Amino acid sequence: MQLPPGLHARLGGPPGAAEPLPVERDPAAGASPFHFAARRVRFPREHEFFEDGDVQRHLYLQDVLTQVAEEPERPRVPEFTCQVAGCCQVFDSLEDYEHHYHTLHRNVCSFCRRSFPSLHLLDVHILEWHDSLFQILSERQDMYQCLVEGCAEKFKTSKDRKDHLVRRHLYPADFRFDKPKKSKGPATPGATVQGSAEALGDDGEQSGGDAMEVSSEHAAPVPEPVAERRTYSHRIPSTICFGQGASRGFKSSKKKKNQQ
Amino acid sequence: MWSGRQGRLRPVGCAVEELRCRWREREAALRKARREQQLISKRLLRDDALEETEGGCVAMTLGEAEIQQFLGLAQRGTEEKEREKALVSLRRGLQHPETQQAFILLEGSMRTLVGLLTSNQALLQLEAARCLHELSHSEQSAVAEACLPATSYLLTYLSGHSSDFIELCLYTLGNLIVESEAVRRQLLPQGIVPSLAACIQSPHLTVLEALGYALSQLLQAKEAPEAIIPQVNNALLISHGCLSTLGLLLLDMAGAVQRTDARLELLACPVLRCLSNLLTEAAVEIVGGANQLEDERVAAALFILLQFFLQKQPSLLPEGLWLLNNLTANSPSFCTSLLSMDLIEPLLQLLPVSNVVSVLVLTVLCNVAEKGPAYCQRLWPGPLLPCLIGTLAFSDTEVVGHSLELLQLLFLYQPETAEAFLQQSGLQVLERHQEAAQLQDRVHALQKTALHR
Repeated sequence: MQLPPGLHARLGGPPGAAEPLPVERDPAAGASPFHFAARRVRFPREHEFFEDGDVQRHLYLQDVLTQVAEEPERPRVPEFTCQVAGCCQVFDSLEDYEHHYHTLHRNVCSFCRRSFPSLHLLDVHILEWHDSLFQILSERQDMYQCLVEGCAEKFKTSKDRKDHLVRRHLYPADFRFDKPKKSKGPATPGATVQGSAEALGDDGEQSGGDAMEVSSEHAAPVPEPVAERRTYSHRIPSTICFGQGASRGFKSSKKKKNQQ
Repeated sequence: MWSGRQGRLRPVGCAVEELRCRWREREAALRKARREQQLISKRLLRDDALEETEGGCVAMTLGEAEIQQFLGLAQRGTEEKEREKALVSLRRGLQHPETQQAFILLEGSMRTLVGLLTSNQALLQLEAARCLHELSHSEQSAVAEACLPATSYLLTYLSGHSSDFIELCLYTLGNLIVESEAVRRQLLPQGIVPSLAACIQSPHLTVLEALGYALSQLLQAKEAPEAIIPQVNNALLISHGCLSTLGLLLLDMAGAVQRTDARLELLACPVLRCLSNLLTEAAVEIVGGANQLEDERVAAALFILLQFFLQKQPSLLPEGLWLLNNLTANSPSFCTSLLSMDLIEPLLQLLPVSNVVSVLVLTVLCNVAEKGPAYCQRLWPGPLLPCLIGTLAFSDTEVVGHSLELLQLLFLYQPETAEAFLQQSGLQVLERHQEAAQLQDRVHALQKTALHR
């Protein structure tokens, strides 16, 4: 099938279309014994029109799903360390590093250095934990927003929100990314999967749970002065991170002091 | 991820003929399953016989004690590599239904797995997700239901950034959705539809493909027409500009065709079908949603995709042409684009592919021609008439019937065509069909018109 030259280029060009040609129909068109009429056609999903497409798709899926489950063959590179300040994780593949970066260093709170699985959860955290205006407003109106995408409900307290999450959205009562803020402040060694569950089958409840975080495996981050606030964006630029690294202290004198 | 997607139909030592034979068997099995409305069954997604022939390390079934051991190591091992390896071993074992059963019966096992899924160790997280993915392949709804504690986290991770991880979560969700109504009854209030919709923003085609899979599994659920699809209100979708979003997706896909040797199989189907069926909604006329699709770039994109289908995935050619019909039927603007962008000739090149394709091509050409003289003037002179005389010579009644309809329109709006038709021995070809019951009235009418022009 030969396409006219410039078609691909047109794809990348500006939107738009030529002025449509004038339409002028003759009543004899499609008149008996002819019967053509231009019309849009709808097919329900079981229609046999889709059989070929469905069969081919399933053949493809059979291959894909077999591959998705397998550990893909990652090209190995010489070992390198995560460049984020203070993080000492070592990798030998770029994909592994990418996943590590997105998990730990991507959505990080500039105040308490917790990292979150998504931008949305980070924003909610900053609002609810580090914004004094939020605290003031929440005394007068419902400010705690539901965490579920698409649900616009707001609540007076964090507990009310949790009840809503459990009852309305069937979330687990110990949803890892919605722990209430403790009044003593952000620092507590987040008990992790590693630390808390003594044996298989234990209630793996985290002690001193910190709200909405991917908890740090190691000791507490350094508590910060109360008065400190930033007036610019609270999200840390991606080149800087205070995650695991800060809590480990400094392994090498060559590393710069963490910025606060 | 694209480079990893070579077909796995390469068992070592298999002759080419054996491979083809296998392929035909698989295809036949799928056709049969579809006719029995069983195509959503995941059993057909996992080609077990194929895996046996793969050789290499064949995973062993794991017993309760071993599962416990691996989970314990994963949870409490001191060395990261050790923890990872333990999960890998578990994952391999979970390929077996017996291991899956043992796993779900072991108290606290899912809890531990979920803990690992939400840990801060990225690679453990990934491996835990793969374990869940293995479980999601089970045909036992009990196993799928055992995965319920993990779903809120899978959904949360859909708004993350790691495309491989999101892809894995989407395929896992898709599998779980198919298996159990109880799972769907939890996923819906957990907000799966908006979460999936948000994934459409992803710049990664692999994610979009996986999204297509999860969404299509959701829409195929037996309670979908009552419970799920009303959540997806078509009129609302249209008024919110989903037609233009789908149009943009079409543009992206066409762009992808050129960039890599991308296989758009999983994505092409849902997009074509959604767009095409949505165009038939009454809301389109009221809200005027179709205007967004009258962009010339959409025509360009669709033809680029048609060429791609012709080369790589001929089974999608009819569906692509069906979309073209729905785009051209009521749209003078779109028909004009086809003419001004010289797309008629490429369309004609598709005529010999198959009878189904011929009928669709002729229908699209009729859509253009029926709009009147201004359109027919641009259809002739040119390759159209000789091609049409060619299709008249086909034996398939439907193809000939559509050719006759097109001829009538051409004779009506562009009378000079009749003269050229006679000169190109069209009458002789017409004569072949003058006895055919479904065709004779139209044949005679055309003979009369041509001779009394």
